[in-house]
Amino acid sequence: MNDTNVRQRKTAYNPIGFVLMQVLNACTKVGQMILGFFAGVGKLSLFTARGIKSCFTPPFYARHIGRQLVDIGYYSLPVVGLTALFTGMVLALQSYTGFARFNAESAIANVVVLSITRELAPVLAGLMVAGRIGASIAAEIATMRVTEQIDALVTLSTNPFKYLIAPRLIAGTLMLPVLVLIADIIGVMGGYAVSVYSLGFLPESYLRQTWDFLQFIDVFSGLVKAAVFGFIVTLMGCYYGYYSGRGAQGVGSATINAVVSSSILILVFNYVLTQVFFS
Amino acid sequence: MIANTKIGKDGAQAKLVLDNVHKSFGQHHVLDGIDLSVPKGKSLVVIGGSGSGKSVMLKCALGLMQPDSGHVRVDGVDTTEYDTEQRNELMKKFGMLFQGGALFDSLPIWENVAFGLLQNTDISKKDARDVAIDKLRAVGLGSKIADQFPAELSGGMQKRVSLARAIASDPEIIFFDEPTTGLDPIMADVINDLIIKCREDLGATTLSITHDMASARKIADNIAMLYRGKIIWHGKAGEIENSNNNYVDQFVHGRADGPIKMDVA
Repeated sequence: MNDTNVRQRKTAYNPIGFVLMQVLNACTKVGQMILGFFAGVGKLSLFTARGIKSCFTPPFYARHIGRQLVDIGYYSLPVVGLTALFTGMVLALQSYTGFARFNAESAIANVVVLSITRELAPVLAGLMVAGRIGASIAAEIATMRVTEQIDALVTLSTNPFKYLIAPRLIAGTLMLPVLVLIADIIGVMGGYAVSVYSLGFLPESYLRQTWDFLQFIDVFSGLVKAAVFGFIVTLMGCYYGYYSGRGAQGVGSATINAVVSSSILILVFNYVLTQVFFS
Repeated sequence: MIANTKIGKDGAQAKLVLDNVHKSFGQHHVLDGIDLSVPKGKSLVVIGGSGSGKSVMLKCALGLMQPDSGHVRVDGVDTTEYDTEQRNELMKKFGMLFQGGALFDSLPIWENVAFGLLQNTDISKKDARDVAIDKLRAVGLGSKIADQFPAELSGGMQKRVSLARAIASDPEIIFFDEPTTGLDPIMADVINDLIIKCREDLGATTLSITHDMASARKIADNIAMLYRGKIIWHGKAGEIENSNNNYVDQFVHGRADGPIKMDVA
C-alpha cells in the first residue's frame, strides 16, 4: 500500500513524465477520433453501396415501394406546399422592398422564380422532408433493430436491405423531385399572389416576366438537387436506424443523427451541385 | 466446404455442430472456444447466467453473427463463411423463436405467421392464410386473431404467434431464445408443452438458451452450461442434479453463494 502511494506520488510529481503522459493521452484521443471517423466513413460507404445494389437487384417489393411513395410524396405535400407558398410570398415582399429603391420592381418576378426553382424549393423541401421522413425512417428501422425484427427478417430468408432499405431509397429519390416541382409552382404562385394582390402588379406582365426569364436548366438543376437530397434523407434515416444502439436511447440517438446529418449533407451537396451546374 | 461426420453422444449424426467458436467485442472475449453438438431430432438446452454469452452463441449458430474463428456446421457442411444468398437458402431449414417475439408490428398476425411462405414460395395469399391459421391452431390460438395486429395481443399470445411463425415452414432446426422469459409460470409451462409438441410433430432438432431451470428440465434431452464464454458442463438432462460441478449446482439451485460471483456493484 505504502509502496503504491510512493510510486503514485513520484509519477505525479515528475513534471516531464506528467507532461509526456498528457501528450500521449491527447495523441491517443486524436488517433482514436481519426480512426473512428474513417471507420465510420467506410461503414457508411459500404452501406450506401449495398443499398444502391439492392435497388437494382430482385426481388423488388412493389407493395412496399408503393407505400413509401405515398408516405414520402403524398403525406409530405402539405408541409412542403406551405413552406413553398410562404417562401414565395415573403420573397416577393422582401425583393420589392429592395428593388423599389432602384426602381427595379420589374425584376421581382425574375428573382422569385430563379430563387425558388434553383435554391429554395429543393433545399427547403429537402430540409422539411429530412425532419419529417428522415426522422420517421430512422425511428421505425431503429425500433425494428431494437426489437429484433431485422434479425427476424434474416431468419425468414428475407434480405433486410431489399425489404426495408431499397424501397425507401427508391421512393425518396423519385418523390422529392415531384414534391419540388409542385413546390416550384406553389412558390411562384405565392410570389404572384403577393405581387398582384398586395403590391399592385399586373397579372399578365408578372406571369410573362416569370415565364420569359425562366430557363430549362433552372428547373432541371433544382430537380436533380431534389433527387440527390431525397436519396440523402432516406439513406441517412436507414443508416442510423439500421445501426441503432440498444433501447429507447438508441432509437432517440438514431433519429437525431439521421436528421442532423441529412440536413448538413443537404446544405453541403447543395453547394457542390450549384458549383457543378452554374460555375 | 468441410464435411463432418461428428457423431452425437447417442450415436445419431450431429445436425448442428459448433466447433471451437470464438467471438470477441473489442477486448471482451464473449465466446472462448465453444464446442457443441446437437444430434438430429434431439433438444439441447444451453443454460447460463446473464452475460455468459448465450445470446451471442445462439446468434453465431444461427448465422446472425460471424464468429471470429471456429466453425458452424449444419448437416456436416461448414456454413461459417456463407454469403447472403447462401445464408438465405440455409435459413429455410431454420426456425427461430425470439425472446421478445420480434413480430412485425406493421403486419397482421396471419401475415406474420405466413411471412416466410409468402416471401420464399409461390403460395397464393389464400393458401398462405390457411396455413397460418393451421399453425395458429397448433399453438392453441383461434382463427379470430388472424386479422389482429401484434400490439393488440398479450405477451403470452405474442410468444405463441412467434412460435407459430417459427414452425410455419416446417424447419429442420428450431432455435429458442429464452422461450419462457417474461411469462407467468403457467403460460411458461404452456409454451414448454408447445415446444415439445412442435418438436415431436416436426421431428425437428432444437437448440435453446434459457436461464429458467424448470423450462430446461422439461424441454431438454441434453443440457450444456455456459460460463464466461466456455462450456463448463455437458450431459443428459436427467444428470444435471448430480453433475458434481459446483458451478452447475449453484446455478441449478439458484444460490447466491458459490463459485459464480455476480457483479452487483
